[in-house]
Amino acid sequence: MTTPTSRREFLSLAGTASAVLLGLSPEAFERALTATRMAQQGQSVTLETLTPAQAADLEAIAAQIIPTDDLPGAREARVIVFIDRVRGELAASVGFGPADDAGGIDDILVGIEDLNSRVVARAGSPARFAALSSVEQHALLEEIQETPFFRQMRLLTITGMFAHPNWGGNYEGAGWKVLGFEPRFFWQPPFGAYDAEVQR
Amino acid sequence: MSPRRFAQGETVDFIIVGSGAAGGVIAKELAESGFTVLVLEQGPYLRAHEFEHDEYKYWFRSALNNGPLESPQKFRPTPRDEWRDQLAIGYHRLVGGGSVMFTSNYWRFKPSDFKERTLLGSIEGTGFDDWPITYEELEPYYTKAEWELGISGEPGAFDPPRSRPYPTPPLPVKSSGVLFERGARALGLTPQAAPMCIISQPYDGRPACQHCGYCSGFGCEHRAKSSTLFTTIPKAEATGRCEIRSGSYVRKIELSASGRATGVLYFDAAKMEHFQPARAVIVCANGGETPRLLLNSKSNQFPDGLANSSGLVGKYLMFNGNHSTTGVFEKPLNDWKSVMVTRMIWDYYDADPGRGFYGGGGIDARFWGYPLLFPLGGLAPDAPTWGQGFKDALRHGYSRTMNADCHTTSLPVAANGVELDPELKDLWGVPAMRVTYRDHDDDLAMMEFLGRIAIEILEAAGAERAWRPEVQPQQFGVHLLGTCRMGNDAGTSVVDRYHRTHDVTNLFLCDGSSFVTSGRGQPTATIQALAFRAADHIARFARRGEI
Repeated sequence: MTTPTSRREFLSLAGTASAVLLGLSPEAFERALTATRMAQQGQSVTLETLTPAQAADLEAIAAQIIPTDDLPGAREARVIVFIDRVRGELAASVGFGPADDAGGIDDILVGIEDLNSRVVARAGSPARFAALSSVEQHALLEEIQETPFFRQMRLLTITGMFAHPNWGGNYEGAGWKVLGFEPRFFWQPPFGAYDAEVQR
Repeated sequence: MSPRRFAQGETVDFIIVGSGAAGGVIAKELAESGFTVLVLEQGPYLRAHEFEHDEYKYWFRSALNNGPLESPQKFRPTPRDEWRDQLAIGYHRLVGGGSVMFTSNYWRFKPSDFKERTLLGSIEGTGFDDWPITYEELEPYYTKAEWELGISGEPGAFDPPRSRPYPTPPLPVKSSGVLFERGARALGLTPQAAPMCIISQPYDGRPACQHCGYCSGFGCEHRAKSSTLFTTIPKAEATGRCEIRSGSYVRKIELSASGRATGVLYFDAAKMEHFQPARAVIVCANGGETPRLLLNSKSNQFPDGLANSSGLVGKYLMFNGNHSTTGVFEKPLNDWKSVMVTRMIWDYYDADPGRGFYGGGGIDARFWGYPLLFPLGGLAPDAPTWGQGFKDALRHGYSRTMNADCHTTSLPVAANGVELDPELKDLWGVPAMRVTYRDHDDDLAMMEFLGRIAIEILEAAGAERAWRPEVQPQQFGVHLLGTCRMGNDAGTSVVDRYHRTHDVTNLFLCDGSSFVTSGRGQPTATIQALAFRAADHIARFARRGEI
């Protein structure tokens, strides 16, 4: 992973990523938002673009990137819903191809099949990534962690985990719980331990 | 009085292009002086309740800023490099512009900023020069800006002279401010409260800050950030002489045979083109878009771009240096609450020839780690990037991390600037901008110098760990300065000391493009002081029939 040289440069990289992740038409955006809000109101989550097998593999990768412990991981945050929707919107928008070295969003479908061919080669029989043990999954991802596919999955997983729940992931603030962030948006001092010491 | 709505094609006294930090101020001042004013703003007109705490929407989807899909740019570091598709200039598009979305640092310049060439001498390869105005001339307008808008703060040891205190006291100090103050004092430095364009007490009919934690890149749903959207623009509309026409993208300034601006061509939200006539045009579109509009307004009279007889439209772009350092502490700071900055130092503001390079700057205590941005870039460079170790690092670090950011000078390098790309067009078919930018070696040296001090401050404050990235030339800027510089000599500047273009009597420019030097990294207070001053003089000229 390269380290941005400044906060602004980091933010400009985020902006470049937006060209890939976010070249969405307003109509697709509204569709996705409506579907997401329905899902959040307790209605069942349905995949829009991914097959169940693809979703199972991608979700297993996401769960390796941010695993579940005593706090929610990518699985509980429903990162796969975010990935499914963002991927679908991008597939529907014309003219905006991959624009950075993290790889295009459609490449994740190619990437998952490449990964599965490694699974088959290793197992010697038909198998998919999602069916492997957690230890085996981790080992395979270590092999590919420098690939554009893995970098793209990392970006999508983090974004789905920590973006506002409006966008399908971060279900019930799962990502915020990991960070210790409370979405109250109204605070009074003291805010933290050190200003509290001064105020005492 | 309800806001004025001019008929399509009705001639107004003034068109103002852009409704941001400068345009929003000038609109109020001229409307209150009795003139009819039409503000053309390309972005939407949002109300306070429409702003959300949604990083993905604003930071990733470019909901309210120039994105690469509809407004592409090209970039190269130096004229020796190839052009590449890359955004180098970022700005916000909405009524109120960047004043709605900025971090809210509100630093005045010091008297020395206006006469550094005299104090320090020339610097080869740059347009380093004195301003045609002094701090003393601008001081009443800094004060006016602070009181008209609503700024919180208290004077510090290195502050310039001021004729009036801040209208509201400093915002409550955060843990990052307490630690920064502790570290700075241990080094013998002089920390002070950061002046912020956010009110700490109810002021002028608006409520105080509620410490939601979403300032930088977000609009304020409480109206506590003193943007022009919530301060001067409602007052401009209340005169009954000002219309804010949002969704209006100006592509060209039209000129009469006698060389006067007659009005502008603009696209409405449906991409229909209109001609809007006016007695005078004031461009406040920012240091990227103002020169682009002039260059796109070329004519037989001005084949190299409107008001560009000097050849300096778009030249001398300055971004300010920005170098961010990070520290992690034992106990929770919870610095994701409240405003971004509460303490800073100005001990290294002045240039010191003894350092061996030109430059100056300030350091502030802040935290830029919104919940989505932090996991993408907030951890130490050797932290795990995925798996249980990554999650553990996020969990430990998020509430315990702060930044000490260095804000520094940029020299007006002759090769740096904005120009039109000969082929690339935006989504409206208007020639796109391309940007050449590489920090001067002295600018990089200044960032390095302050970066080391910032780390010392964090360590002296007791950081378990502190780090900073390598200083490298910047490739992206949001402080857009110097591209239509102010001066007395028509051969070496674009506007005069009153922001009137040397070439066109009824065309004025006022925004970051007017700057001659960059200041120390927080230009908004000076942009707005210039705007109040410009409006004063423009109104005077108009009353005398001198436009």
